[in-house]
Amino acid sequence: MSHSSAPQKVVFWRNPQVRIWTFQILMLVAFLWLAVSMYENTLINLRTRGISSGFGFLKNEAGFRIGESSGIVLPQGGVLWFLLSLVIGLCISKFISSHQKTISDGPLNCKWMSICLFFSIVLPAFTLYFFRNSIEILHYAESSSYTLALAVGLVNTLKVTVIGCVASTFLGLLIALGRLSPNWLLNRLCRWYVELNRNLPLLLQLFFWYFIVLQQLPNVRQSISLGGWMFLNKRGLFFPTLVPETGAWAFSIAVIIALTGVFVLFRRSNRLLNETGTAGKILLPSLGLLTGLPALVWLFLGQPFTLDYPVFKGFNFHGGTGLTPEFTALVVGLTIYVSAFNAEIIRSGIQAVSKGQREAARALAMKETQVMRIVILPQAMRIIVPPITSEYLAIAKNSSLAVAIGYPDFVSIGGTILNQSGQAVEIVGIWMGVYLCISLLISLGMNIYNSKVALVER
Amino acid sequence: MVQNIPDRLPPITQIGVLGWIRKNLLFPWYNGVLTVVSCWAIWSAVKPLWEWGVVNASVTLDPALAKQHSGAAWGFIRDMWPVFMTGVYPDAERWRPLVALILLVMMVGISLVHSFRGSKWIRVLWLASPIVIFVLIYGGVLGLPVIGTHYWGGLMLTIMLSVVSMLAAFPISVLLALGRTSNMPIAKPFCVAYIELIRGVPLITILFMASVVLPLFLPPDVNLDKVLRAMVGITMFFSAYLAENIRGGLQGVGKGQYEAADALGMSYWKKIIVVILPQALRIVIPPMVNNFIGILKDTSLVGIVGLVDLLQIAFATTSNPKWFGRLEEAYVFVAFWYWILCYGLSCYSRHLEKKIPSASK
Repeated sequence: MSHSSAPQKVVFWRNPQVRIWTFQILMLVAFLWLAVSMYENTLINLRTRGISSGFGFLKNEAGFRIGESSGIVLPQGGVLWFLLSLVIGLCISKFISSHQKTISDGPLNCKWMSICLFFSIVLPAFTLYFFRNSIEILHYAESSSYTLALAVGLVNTLKVTVIGCVASTFLGLLIALGRLSPNWLLNRLCRWYVELNRNLPLLLQLFFWYFIVLQQLPNVRQSISLGGWMFLNKRGLFFPTLVPETGAWAFSIAVIIALTGVFVLFRRSNRLLNETGTAGKILLPSLGLLTGLPALVWLFLGQPFTLDYPVFKGFNFHGGTGLTPEFTALVVGLTIYVSAFNAEIIRSGIQAVSKGQREAARALAMKETQVMRIVILPQAMRIIVPPITSEYLAIAKNSSLAVAIGYPDFVSIGGTILNQSGQAVEIVGIWMGVYLCISLLISLGMNIYNSKVALVER
Repeated sequence: MVQNIPDRLPPITQIGVLGWIRKNLLFPWYNGVLTVVSCWAIWSAVKPLWEWGVVNASVTLDPALAKQHSGAAWGFIRDMWPVFMTGVYPDAERWRPLVALILLVMMVGISLVHSFRGSKWIRVLWLASPIVIFVLIYGGVLGLPVIGTHYWGGLMLTIMLSVVSMLAAFPISVLLALGRTSNMPIAKPFCVAYIELIRGVPLITILFMASVVLPLFLPPDVNLDKVLRAMVGITMFFSAYLAENIRGGLQGVGKGQYEAADALGMSYWKKIIVVILPQALRIVIPPMVNNFIGILKDTSLVGIVGLVDLLQIAFATTSNPKWFGRLEEAYVFVAFWYWILCYGLSCYSRHLEKKIPSASK
């Protein structure tokens, strides 16, 4: 036998380790070479075009109008204290509530709950009261800097994203329920809604809403009046706004406390249901809490809000708030497009819960609403949440199509700045950085939520 | 005494059309309400569309005659058909994209015939066809005049952008997926960073980067074509998404397959190409078709960086003074094309999804 039992010596270029490392080092070298040559080319190109690199241009005056700009809330020192106390309060109450289970489930509960409430609500509220003048609201004007313009764009993007996420989830839920309905007609209707929206490009749908539907609306003079206090015309939707009066602070706090109370009641009845099988009464007490507390404040401090109605004066509406057609088209288009995808996700999630679960729940004499709420939805959620997270990410990213219909979102304003200053590399860099941050934040939040609904396996 | 009672038929309300209607549309009272609401929704959506698109519509090629009808002027579509298909491609040369299209349809037709499917010639033809099609459309060979990419547009451009980007993204995404599933300490984080970076940003910013920043990165004397830049951007974007699909496929191949290939003494690339990829890709064909639908829909964004694709052609044709302002017809027509293509593909992907498990059994 020529082969010995000792391991054969491998020629070094046949050694997988050597190969892997050679390959990787070659890749690294190629990448570095590419990066360096790109860097040098960029410097040369910028010099020939007379553009200076760097982020210094962000301090320059913007000089363009933004059709839709909300004030940017800038927290000063005191608000930072408030946020700090909020975080500390939430941490302490989380700590207490996690220990509370091990201490006792009995009458002590109320005591611990109140301590938690104190730390998580009252402590930050006090801090906010003492530092209440520490919020500055910056308003964008043509003389503002590029930084503020970008910030306005970011706020607009976030506004559309948040509204789009919430609205598309609810609409998607409705469509999904329609698709699960035994009613043949409704079923088909929802199915074609999904097929129609999924297979058309979002940009086409946005153009449809913006250039066709919204252009059919009448001029300002012939506005469609909705109940005499909302007006719809080519320039957008105008509706009254709430103007805070003296009691507004106390009223808002009362509403928040009432909502927290309802939440606590709800949790409690759920726990009672889990432990004893009979749910505590929640409907009447929560209704009482919701109406009673704010009503009391209203009685003692007077009307907390007055309505500011839009009034037609001269050439346009004054007072109230207006939704611009660009905003409306973007939100409607995004919501309807994504709701089709969400509907499919929700439907498949609900259908994936095995039939036996539903039958078992019915065998336990649960009501249909209970079957859905206690048995089906919690199990469907763990299937629904991951794919719906990527739909939320898609909303955040797709809101950038605003640039095509002229809604001043982050990309659109960045594009204007890019055209004005020629700082292409920096602007694209800012875009990517900010969108990465938004994406990361959304997926972080949804992952935390997902870990709560995920199946706990032993 | 046992008496045979003949089986009674179910009541008339349980069978036949009547029974079906009762069961599916009317039976619990809320179902009836839902039916009425659905009928109202369908009526209010379909009636104006029907009146606009059929009852009051005209098909005349004369804009003046079309103006007498309150509905759609489908003559506009008939008139502008070549523009919708190929953009501002010179009239005398429009036969070239047509021939290319016929070639492509023939290729697909031949491939669908079962007995030809596995043959070697089909593969050679498929490899050669992109070159033939490109030469036909671009020209410069065999006395065909060169038609620059700024003449390309319409449905042709949309399909070319998506097909070329898909073909180009495929090998990149296979490499990225392999890198991400490997344990190479430098290459793996590189692939992860690329995929997550690209997936975290909107396509528009990538397209802006390709159209505005990419020329800055290149040496001053290199001038990349506008269409090519868009293709680079879309390819970069979709290779990241495709890589995640393929990664799913790679993870779906059993560990035993890798080990078996190693045990046979296969080299890394042989193992991947002969054993792993055929299995992995078969699993992910349906999601890859869905990905392609995504590319097809998202190529509509190239209009934002100045290309005249199928969606932008709607604006281009309606600014023509002859048919000024016929935006609705143009949109319906463009939407029809997108819908047919995407719905067809999604039906195909569903068909594949049903078929593939049986193939692996």
